[in-house]
Amino acid sequence: MMNRFTLPAALFVLLVIVLAIGIKHSPDKGAIKSPLLGGPAPQFSLPNLTDPARTVSSAGLKGRWYLFNVWGTWCGECRAEHEMLLQVRRAAVVPLIGLDWKDDDAQALSWLAQLGNPYEVVAVDRTGRTAIDWGVYGAPETFLVNPQGIVVFKHVGALTPDVWTRDILPRVAPRGAVKS
Amino acid sequence: MRHARAARSLRLRIFATVLLGLLAAGLIAMLAPQRAAWGVDPTQMPTPELQARYSGLTHELRCMQCQNEAIADSPVDLAADLRRQVHDMLVAGKSDEDVRDFMTARYGDFILFRPRFAPKTAWLWLAPGVLLLVGAFVSWRIVRARIALVPADNEPLEEDPSR
Repeated sequence: MMNRFTLPAALFVLLVIVLAIGIKHSPDKGAIKSPLLGGPAPQFSLPNLTDPARTVSSAGLKGRWYLFNVWGTWCGECRAEHEMLLQVRRAAVVPLIGLDWKDDDAQALSWLAQLGNPYEVVAVDRTGRTAIDWGVYGAPETFLVNPQGIVVFKHVGALTPDVWTRDILPRVAPRGAVKS
Repeated sequence: MRHARAARSLRLRIFATVLLGLLAAGLIAMLAPQRAAWGVDPTQMPTPELQARYSGLTHELRCMQCQNEAIADSPVDLAADLRRQVHDMLVAGKSDEDVRDFMTARYGDFILFRPRFAPKTAWLWLAPGVLLLVGAFVSWRIVRARIALVPADNEPLEEDPSR
């Protein structure tokens, strides 16, 4: 014969488990998983920040790895990650392609002149339309795209040495062929 | 007789309580979705029909930056960009479902305040109904047990012999 507390206790334990799973999977606990992962990187063709007569296009990037970094001079965290981006450039493992998101061109140029330019090329997204295609919701965001043009990793927030060695480097340079 | 009456009045009281509870719940549910008429979004659509669809969509899309606000109510830049996207797509003749597909393809299901019914979200939609049925079943059992405690057919027991 079951104790009369058995059923309530069992229900309580079940509730705790359900809530624990809910809390663990809460989007507030971390970045929202991007539906772009595993799929082709969005197409774009935008003006080049340093040379507005030329365009930066996704088609021109195919065939090699690249890091797609969304930033803006209005974004505080972008300043925080800038030093890390310069390190990534120095490591010369994978090129950084910048997306200057809803920014002022002159301010963006002076930002790069002052802090150093970690980007191989910077595309200018004045309307924010390309950022929407990439599902960007808060700069800085960084996407890793493989030579087939597939988005294999996304990081929301400032790029850190941790993310670089744990998530990016092993994908781009497996077997530790290249040092960070 | 008095016991039969007592049982009936007990039943009546239980039903009255349940009914009142349901009415209160219904009232709260009706008042809850009232939205402020003023907002951050002055967008005017070319027709009232488009305006209604625009308003519906911008209220069911989440502002990804603020997360607990709809893009219709959010003053942040990205919300304005997404509203413009909704505006452009509706004006271009796209359906509501096209807009939802467009948004979820880029931002995931999380952008929808009202998740779609899919195998992944089935429990979310079915759980309230299932819980309601479980609750109704448990209350029914309790009410039945309590009513059984009141003897219904033994009038003489408390009949006052002196009367």
